[in-house]
Amino acid sequence: MKVIYTDSLVIGGGLAGLRVAIASMQRGLDTIVLSLVPAKRSHSAAAQGGMQASLGATIKGDGDDEEVHFADTVKGSDWGCDQDVARMFVNTSPKAIRQLSAWGVPWSRVRRGDREVVINGEKVTITEKDEAHGLITARDFGGTKKWRTCYTSDGAGHTMLYAMDNKAIQMGIPVHERKEAIALIHEDAVCYGAIVRDLITGELIAYVAKATTIATGGYGRLYAISTNAVISEGIGNAIALETGIASLGNMEAVQFHPTAIVPVGILTTEGCRGDGGLLLDKDGYRFMPDYEPDKKELASRDVVSRRMTEHMRKGKGITSRYGDHLWLDITLLGRKHIEKNLREVKEICEYFLGIDPVEEYIPVRPTQHYSMGGIRTKATGESPNLKGLFSAGEAACWDMHGFNRLGGNSVAETVVAGMIVGEYVADYCAQNSLNVSTSTIQHFMKQEEKKITDILVRDFGENPFELKAEMQKIMMDKVGIFRNGDDLEKAVEELKVLNQRAKHVALRNRISSSNPELVEAIRVPKMIKLAQCVAYGAQLRTESRGAHAREDYPERNDRDWLKRTLTTWKDESADLPELTYEDLDVMKMEMPPGSRGYGVDNTIHHPDTGRREKQIEEIKEANPGVDRFELQKLLNPIAIPEKFKGKNERIGRGFK
Amino acid sequence: MSDQERVLKFQIFRYNPQKKGDKPRMVTYELKEAPGMTIFIALNDIREQQDPSLQFDFVCRAGICGSCAMVVNGQPTLACRTLTSNYENGEIKLLPLPGFELIGDLSVNTGKFMRAMSERVESWIHDHNADEVNFEMLEERMDPDVADKIYELERCVECGACVSACATKRMRPDFLSAVGFMRLARFALDPRDKRTDEEFYEIMGDDDGVFGCMTLLGCEDYCPKDLPHQTQIAYLRRKMVLIK
Ligand SMILES: Cc1cc2nc3c(=O)[nH]c(=O)nc-3n(C[C@H](O)[C@H](O)[C@H](O)COP(=O)(O)OP(=O)(O)OC[C@H]3O[C@@H](n4cnc5c(N)ncnc54)[C@H](O)[C@@H]3O)c2cc1C
Ligand code: SF4
Ligand code: FES
Repeated sequence: MKVIYTDSLVIGGGLAGLRVAIASMQRGLDTIVLSLVPAKRSHSAAAQGGMQASLGATIKGDGDDEEVHFADTVKGSDWGCDQDVARMFVNTSPKAIRQLSAWGVPWSRVRRGDREVVINGEKVTITEKDEAHGLITARDFGGTKKWRTCYTSDGAGHTMLYAMDNKAIQMGIPVHERKEAIALIHEDAVCYGAIVRDLITGELIAYVAKATTIATGGYGRLYAISTNAVISEGIGNAIALETGIASLGNMEAVQFHPTAIVPVGILTTEGCRGDGGLLLDKDGYRFMPDYEPDKKELASRDVVSRRMTEHMRKGKGITSRYGDHLWLDITLLGRKHIEKNLREVKEICEYFLGIDPVEEYIPVRPTQHYSMGGIRTKATGESPNLKGLFSAGEAACWDMHGFNRLGGNSVAETVVAGMIVGEYVADYCAQNSLNVSTSTIQHFMKQEEKKITDILVRDFGENPFELKAEMQKIMMDKVGIFRNGDDLEKAVEELKVLNQRAKHVALRNRISSSNPELVEAIRVPKMIKLAQCVAYGAQLRTESRGAHAREDYPERNDRDWLKRTLTTWKDESADLPELTYEDLDVMKMEMPPGSRGYGVDNTIHHPDTGRREKQIEEIKEANPGVDRFELQKLLNPIAIPEKFKGKNERIGRGFK
Repeated sequence: MSDQERVLKFQIFRYNPQKKGDKPRMVTYELKEAPGMTIFIALNDIREQQDPSLQFDFVCRAGICGSCAMVVNGQPTLACRTLTSNYENGEIKLLPLPGFELIGDLSVNTGKFMRAMSERVESWIHDHNADEVNFEMLEERMDPDVADKIYELERCVECGACVSACATKRMRPDFLSAVGFMRLARFALDPRDKRTDEEFYEIMGDDDGVFGCMTLLGCEDYCPKDLPHQTQIAYLRRKMVLIK
C-alpha cells in the first residue's frame, strides 16, 4: 500500500485550492495539491468577466464600499446566504485583489479623462478622475449598484489563475497532477485524507493528512448542456457525501447563465451586457425593459434567464434545429472595444459559430452555469459534522451566494475563501496531531480496490457513458430553470432507477491503468447520487427563491423556507439521500429579508422580519453618530482572522 | 452549417505505453458528421460509440485552457475549437503533440513540461516586498497601457503548440522554446518584477536560451493565441546582446 503523508492536503488546483495551499505553506506546513489536470488548466481559467471588489476607483464605482457590496450580495442571494460569511467576504475582497495585484495580475487600470461607454443602449461619455489614474478599474455586472467587477481585458480568470499558480510554484508547493480523489479516509468523524487514483498508472495511493480541503469546483456537468469545463463533475462533493457524515448544503440551488451560445453551451461573458450589449428577440426587439424596466439586461442572472425563457415561451424566440434561442447584440459596442475587452468572445464566435460579433448577433440561451450548493461548512470552512474536512470555492456551500450568486462574486469567493479558510486550516493543523490507525487507512484502500476490481471483472452490465447521458437529460428536462412538482417527482423516480443500474456497470476495455471508460465508471454512480440530491432537494422545496423557481410555488416563502437544505447519505444501500433543514436566524441578520426589486413582490414574510427591522431601528437610535464600522459591529459581530481585519483604503475617502 | 451529412474518416494514432506489448499504430474510425461538429465532439463520439479506450485531453472545450493541442492533418492546433467542416475531403489525421512525454494515444504530458519551464524561468514577480505589501492600502499604480501590454503577453495558454513546431527544439532537447521566451518577455516588461537584465541573462543568455533560436518561427505560425513571438524574441535578444 502506497501512503503519502502531509499536513494539509488540498484536493483541487483551481483558484480556491491553490490559495488554501499557499496559506498552509506560508504558515510552515507541509502541503500537497491534487488535481485532475495541470493546475493552470483548472476551470478557473475560463472566467472572462472579472472579480468583484469594492475598490471604487472608477468614477462609476464612486461611493462603493463594503456596505454596498454586502447589500448587493445578500439581495442577489434572495436572502438565502449566510450573512456572516457575506460580511467576511466583502471586507476581504479588496485585500484579495490587491494582493493578487502584487503577485502579478495585470488588472486593467483606470485612465484619466474622458472615455465613451455604452449604457442602456446609448453612447455616453464618462470622465475618470485624475487621482484615480493607474488604479484598478471595474466594469458593470448584473445585480450590482456600482461598477465593481475588476477585470483584465477579457481574461480575469486566466490571469488570476496564472498569478496564483506561479506563486505556488515560487513557494515550491507540489501539485500532483492527473490524480483523482475517489474516497475520503475518516475515523470517528474525523477526516484524515483521501484515497487517490493515479489517472495514468491506475495505482491507488492513500494521501494521509491532518487537514483535507476539498476545492474541486462545481457540479455543472450533471446537466447535458453546461458552460462548465468537462471536468466539473462534482466528484469532490460526492466523496464528501459518501462519508455518510459530511453534509451538502442547498444542492438544489443551480444557476443558469443567460448567455451561452447555441448549441454547444460555451459562455459569452456577462461582460457583454455589462459593457452595453442588449438582448433581442426574433423581431430584433429589445424585450428586457418590458419585464424589468429598472435593471433591464443587467437584472440578476436568475431573473434574466427566467425572463428570456418566458419570452421564448411566448413564441418570440428564434427557432433553430437545436431549439429556440434569442440574440445577444454587441455590435453597438464597436470593433475596438470588442477586440480589446471582449476578444475571447469574438474568438469563440469565430471558431464555434463562424460569425463576427462585431457585425452579427450571437445566438444565445440560458444554460447551466454555477453550483451554489456544495459541501456545507461553517464560516471557518470546516464541515460541521466531519472534523478536519474543509472546503472552499465553488465546491463549498460556505454560503455567501444563497440561492443566486452575482457575476464576479465567484472568482472573488475562491480567493477570499482561500485566504480565510486557509488560515483556519493552518490553525487546525497546528492544534491537532495525526492519529489515524493504519487499519483505517487499509480499510478504505481495500474498499476502493474492491469496487474497481468488481467493475473490471464484470462480464456484462450497464454502459457508464449511457447512464451518464440519461442522467444529464433528466436533469436538463426536469430540474431546469423552471421547475414543477410533477416533473421533479418524475426526475426523482427516474434517478432512483439509474442509481440502481449504476451498481452494475461493466466495461468493454477492462484494464486498470489509464482508461477513460474506467474513469467514467468510477464517476458516474457518484454523479447520479449528486443528481438525486439536487432533484430531491428541489422537489421538497415548495417555494421559489433565487435560481430555484417553482411554477407551482411562485412566491418566496420566508415563513416556511428561510432555511438551508442539508443533505446526507448515511445508508449506502438507501435509494434516496436524507434531507434536513437549518434555519436562518432572522434576528441575527444585518439585513433582514426584503424585496429584491424584480417583478411583483409576492414574498410570504417571516414573522421575525418585522421584529428584527424594528430592533435594528432601535439600535440605530440608541447609538447616534456611530460610523458604519461601529454600526456593523453592533448589528453583526463576526470574527474575521486577524490578518484580514483591517479597513480598506479608497481614493477620496481614505479608510472611512 | 450545411445540412448534408457526410461520413468523416478519422485516422488516429494509437499507443498505450502502460499496456504491455502495445505498439504504435494508426487506426481508422468512421463517423457521421453533425452540423457544428468540432474535433472535441467527434472524439467523444468515437470514444462513447466505438472505442472506449481512446485517450485524449479536453477541459474547457472552448479554446481557453490549452489542454487539447494535437497535430491535426499535419498542423499543431487546439482540437476543441477546430470544426470538422474545415476539412473539405472529410479526412482527418490526428497525432499527439510531438516533443512531450506521451501518456497514451493523443494525450501528452504538457503539464510536467510547463511546470519545469515555469521553474526554469522563475515565472513569478521577483520583489522582496511582494509578500509584505500592505493590502489595506491603495494598490501600487500602473500605467493602463503597460497593464494592457503585459496582458497581451500573458495570454499564452501553455498549450505547447509552439514547442512542437520548433525546429531548434528538435535538435536541442533543453532549448527553452517560445513559450519560455514569451513568459520571460512578459516579466521583463512588468515594472513589478525587479529582476535586472543580468539576472535575465543568467536564465536565457546561452544557446539553450534566446541565442539558440534559429528564427524559423514555427511558434509564430501555430500559436493559437497569435502571440507576437518574432517581435518578442528579437526584443529579448537585443536586450541580452547589450549585457555582454
Ligand atoms: C465559462 C465560465 C465563466 C466564468 N466567469 C466568471 C467570472 O467572470 N467571474 C466570476 O466571479 N466567476 C466566473 N465563473 C465562475 C468561476 O470561474 C468558478 O466558480 C471558479 O473559478 C471555481 O474555482 P474553484 O477553485 O472553486 O474550482 P476550479 O477552478 O473548477 O478547480 C477545480 C479543481 O479541482 C480539481 N479536481 C476536481 N475533482 C477532483 C478530484 N476528484 N480529485 C482531484 N482533483 C480534482 C480540478 O482538477 C481543478 O484543479 C465562470 C464560470 C464559467 C463556467
Ligand atoms: S505561446 Fe502560443 S503556442 Fe506556445 S504555449 Fe503559449 S499559447 Fe501555446
Ligand atoms: S479543451 Fe481547453 S483549449 Fe481545448
